[in-house]
Amino acid sequence: MSGTLLDVDDLRVTFPTRTGLIQAVRGVTFSLGRERLGIVGESGSGKSQTGRAIMGLTPPQALVSAKKLALDGADLLAMPARQRRALRGKRIAMILQDPKYSLDPVMSIGRQIVETLRTHEKVSKAEARERALAMLEAVQIRDPSRVFDLHPHEVSGGMGQRAMIAMMLIAGPEMMIADEPTSALDVTVQLDVLGILDRLVSERGMGLIFISHDLRLVASFCDRVIVMYAGKVVEQLKASELRDAQHPYTRGLLNCMPRIGYERHPLPVLDRKPEWAA
Amino acid sequence: MTPAISIDGLEVVFDRFRALKGVSLEVKSGESYGLVGESGSGKSTLLKAIAGLVPVKSGTITVNGKTLGARRDKAFYREVQMVFQDPYGSLHPRQTVDRLLQEPLAIHGFADGEKRIQQALDEVGLGNGFRFRYAHQLSGGQRQRVAIARALILEPSMLLLDEPTSALDASVQAEVLNLLEEVRRRRQLTFLMVSHDLAIITHMCERLMVMQNGEAVENLTAGQLIGHRVEKDYTRNLLRASEGFVRTA
Repeated sequence: MSGTLLDVDDLRVTFPTRTGLIQAVRGVTFSLGRERLGIVGESGSGKSQTGRAIMGLTPPQALVSAKKLALDGADLLAMPARQRRALRGKRIAMILQDPKYSLDPVMSIGRQIVETLRTHEKVSKAEARERALAMLEAVQIRDPSRVFDLHPHEVSGGMGQRAMIAMMLIAGPEMMIADEPTSALDVTVQLDVLGILDRLVSERGMGLIFISHDLRLVASFCDRVIVMYAGKVVEQLKASELRDAQHPYTRGLLNCMPRIGYERHPLPVLDRKPEWAA
Repeated sequence: MTPAISIDGLEVVFDRFRALKGVSLEVKSGESYGLVGESGSGKSTLLKAIAGLVPVKSGTITVNGKTLGARRDKAFYREVQMVFQDPYGSLHPRQTVDRLLQEPLAIHGFADGEKRIQQALDEVGLGNGFRFRYAHQLSGGQRQRVAIARALILEPSMLLLDEPTSALDASVQAEVLNLLEEVRRRRQLTFLMVSHDLAIITHMCERLMVMQNGEAVENLTAGQLIGHRVEKDYTRNLLRASEGFVRTA
């Protein structure tokens, strides 16, 4: 692991509502090297808002603050919007959950990939096409020139998510945020997509933030895991040491899922303690 | 003893697409039976065919000894109730919980509605305090509890469960699965449960059928699946996939 790519210190995201301020993320601190970092939590734990705040995609009405939010030393919150826009897609990329909604429905897959590339690099149309085809091949799409001309509704979920990965990687980012990248996919397809993501990320020495509700999947895929609850990090640990998790929330989450070959009736349930959120 | 559900050569066709290609199945009374498969395997279509929500092209469905025609009568829906996947979509957004629970009672002409609504809410672990709330004032798990209460209020003998926990967080899923097991034990219900998650099916069901592309791949007992005593490669792949990501060095 070489150096720190991303430095997050005391990140807070607050949403003003009619009934007062809602703190979605409350003082999250971590750093990311060239590794796979998992962020796990249930709905409402602030895991996605953490990812979006790093990406700069927080809704305009929300307030983002941090003691430090820096990519390779450059302060993300202080830099002008224009500079941050140039960074987005070029140095930090993001994969969203469902390719049905995150791809442009009226543009062919190839054109979307080319558009991403030409936004960030000065390349000729012919070269952009070449590189897009090569990238589609890298995500194990068998017939790249056919898929290049298809629209998102004409491909399956697994294929769409591969196209999304291709689009995100084409500009050669150093860091990627994947927000539930495989939750909308079937289990077997899920593993194919994870395999592709895993290979590309390690080949290119990228940093990956993998956001998911699935603790077990994250543990098998990532190097390190951050567990979030009610906007806070309750535990940070190595994925291999998940079995020895200390925090009752982490242990509860691991425990409450049915497992093949472990008969437990009834299933243990989480007994939420108010002090976890304190 | 007559089986609770007996399906023979069921065929469901949407336009030219064959969603179910001659599926046969038998579920004993009081049994919990699982249907597993990936999207497009036809598992939900099978459930909907029983409930009368999709047109059946050919084949027969027999429930509690009665062969079903194209239309279901009221008596059928007293016996068979369904719980859907998405608790956000399956409750009327502009009706209170009380109103939602009254509807099936009114349709079936129950007199003691007041008492039954209270009982049903108690049974699913929601107190009377939830009675006059709207669906948007409830969490996902609470909504699914309301959906289960609505299914149970007619005292059916059978529940069709279509991915009842896949939209819920893991901790809430455990609570809802426990609730389902408890009501099944208490009322001796027959369950036909659809899920893409093998672990949930082995937890909840005694027997199961693996489906792919509208066809049955194989029939197994939960014990066979747990012991990896499966015949077909497709099932083996599903089992492997359910164990999580394995890095190929």
